[in-house]
Amino acid sequence: MTKNFDIKISFTIMALLIALVGIFQSWGVALSILNLCLISAVMSMGVNIQWGFAGLINFGVMGFLAIGGLATVLVSVPPVYDAWAVGGVGILISGLFLVSVIVTIYLINLKIPKFKYKNHIIFLIIILSIPLLKFISGPAIGRIESINAATSGFLGGANLPIILSWFIGGILSALVAFIIGKICLGLRSDYLAISTLLISGIVITIVKHEEWLSRGVKNVIGLKRPAPYETNLQKTEWFINSIEFFNTSKLSNIIDLEARASLLNQLVITSSGIFVKLCFSAIFLIVVLVLLYLSEKALNSPWGRMMRAIRDNEDAAKAMGKNVVKQHLFIFMLGSAIIGFAGAMLVTYDGLFTPSSYQPLRYTFLIWVMVLLGGTGNNYGAILGGFVVWFIWIQSAPFALFIINILTNHLDETSHFKEHLRNSVPYFRYLMMGLGLLLVMRYRPMGLLPEKVIKN
Amino acid sequence: MDFLNAIILISNFIIVPAITYGSQLALGAIGVTLIYGVLRFANFAYGDLMAFGTMIVILTTWYLQSLGVTFGFLPTALLALPIGIIVTIAISLFFDKTVFEYYRKKKSNPVTFIVVSLGLMFVLNALVRIIIGPGDVNFMDGHKFIMKAREFKNITGLNEGLAIKSTQLITLITTVITCSLLFYFLNKTKTGKSMRAYSDNEDLALLSGIDPKKIIIITWVIVSILATIGGTLYGLDKSFKPFTYFNNLLPIFAATIVGGIGNPLGAFYGGFLVAFSEITLTYAYKKFFKYLLPENLEPNTLIQFISTDYKFAISFAILVIVLIFRPNGIFKGKVI
Repeated sequence: MTKNFDIKISFTIMALLIALVGIFQSWGVALSILNLCLISAVMSMGVNIQWGFAGLINFGVMGFLAIGGLATVLVSVPPVYDAWAVGGVGILISGLFLVSVIVTIYLINLKIPKFKYKNHIIFLIIILSIPLLKFISGPAIGRIESINAATSGFLGGANLPIILSWFIGGILSALVAFIIGKICLGLRSDYLAISTLLISGIVITIVKHEEWLSRGVKNVIGLKRPAPYETNLQKTEWFINSIEFFNTSKLSNIIDLEARASLLNQLVITSSGIFVKLCFSAIFLIVVLVLLYLSEKALNSPWGRMMRAIRDNEDAAKAMGKNVVKQHLFIFMLGSAIIGFAGAMLVTYDGLFTPSSYQPLRYTFLIWVMVLLGGTGNNYGAILGGFVVWFIWIQSAPFALFIINILTNHLDETSHFKEHLRNSVPYFRYLMMGLGLLLVMRYRPMGLLPEKVIKN
Repeated sequence: MDFLNAIILISNFIIVPAITYGSQLALGAIGVTLIYGVLRFANFAYGDLMAFGTMIVILTTWYLQSLGVTFGFLPTALLALPIGIIVTIAISLFFDKTVFEYYRKKKSNPVTFIVVSLGLMFVLNALVRIIIGPGDVNFMDGHKFIMKAREFKNITGLNEGLAIKSTQLITLITTVITCSLLFYFLNKTKTGKSMRAYSDNEDLALLSGIDPKKIIIITWVIVSILATIGGTLYGLDKSFKPFTYFNNLLPIFAATIVGGIGNPLGAFYGGFLVAFSEITLTYAYKKFFKYLLPENLEPNTLIQFISTDYKFAISFAILVIVLIFRPNGIFKGKVI
């Protein structure tokens, strides 16, 4: 048996499946599945770092993805100067106020450790600061949102390249993870799960309703791209020439000049879409490979061994002098940063930021299914999980339709039952996810590619 | 007069809706807390179990309506409730047998249970959406209002009206009956006491000859009853939509933890605490102060603590505050 046989065989099968989609459906569909598989792989690697390496259960994935998405808006969108002019000062003052409140609470917490009513004071400060903050920022927010409400109505961003936003998204996520971690990480596993889920709910509410920041439910569309645009590509000389070159045999069969030109035009249009997706695939693949390399290095380093020791036996690790609390916080931030990075990638690929689309089922629990299905504690497993789950998620609807058509073949075409089943085809993906998760947890609890225990 | 007006205003917009919403949350939270106390895991499939139970009730209601059966001025759904409860109990016991029992025997850690309940959540989610569809279903029939705002104004001659929907009264009465029966069962009957004993200390309970299988079956039965009733009441009051039920899981969890997870009485109060804070903190008190204060002191802003957009987030924020200051909940948790 060659080394890593199971990894090679499973990824080969995955590649074949995507290729089959390309052959039978279309290459555009296959590539968009591949791209989202790659993004999903990054997300599940982030969760895997928290859950697989350190045993931290983070159900706040959705929140970090949204923060990553917000970063793309804040970094890449051109600033709205009018909005800054009318409300920038107000927002900055409110920001200063918020920071000063936090610093005050921090100082109170630090300087008077044994005061009986300390918690009451902190509580009172928080309660009082919310209406005050609203009072300070309200007028500025009102002015910002009233400027070109239909097209902008927000502060805009920094007009920087969008790739930069991926890193900013990671950093922002890590900062938020620091705060959440400070609050929650001391809790037991199930408490941690519930509280991270609920806090991610707060994050989503803020992103959704602070319109001066993110345009909220009005969405931000037309974000920048790290890849060329289809319409530009279709006019570019070298692109048309290369398409002509690749399809020489096809084109030379047609003698009529006009027909040849129209075929070429069609080929250029379809292949420009594919070319753009290929550009994305290349970038995403680089990200996945770099992350894989880094996390494999980390997993096999002394640090990775320490994390696994903490995961398997916290008390023993503590007794060996490891600072469990600090390491937990660090790995929580690290994993969340990767999730935020993936969130920014996702928004970049979609080209639009829709805060209302962030729902726990799709953006938290589905990612968890990826990690659990793929293999906890194994980076290859997490990537495979991302691929498999996304593939099933997309392809389960046609598959379910196929099965339904076979099973209800004897029924009349106008049968009400048949029509009802056909209409509910999109929801079979939930059924497949659920059954898949239940079966894997029962019969292969460590996932498709289980963690490799290194013995030396 | 102004004082009375102010009180009616507050009752109409805060007290009545909060009591209704609180009852619905309380029923859900008691269910979650019972599962946590006896089976020792946080059941993420609970929201979808509520949706499932409600769906069966709706289907039965439709069937009854097609037969021409109605329940007078009460909604037909109340007639259909027993069927919904029976089917929900059946599916809960089925899932316990096929899914949870295996992990219980293996004594898996709580996280495994959570993950398995996630799987179940997906399955139930799909079942509900496949059977009844993802859309809004309004299955309320019978009388809509007990007291309309205009009637109230006419009777009392006040400026402010008090509207009471019949679903609000039904919710309150059903919750009171269900909860009194439940607490009577837990505190006075032998089975209830053995359930509490099992939740308190499993080994000691086993040593005293308590049959764990029986306890677990009874827990699922109670939980299914609560889920179906809670879900149906919510559906009657608002409307039935699978996605809302899934989302309601979040405030229910908040209520559970705030009250102390594993403590049914705490969950009951937790539900009301969450409901009242959500509504009182997002209500704009401008009109209220207009009635109470002399004219020259009248406010010209909304006097709203936080905007209504953040209604849902308030329950989460309460949870965070409780977690920081009293991680075991306001009432001591982990004991039934």
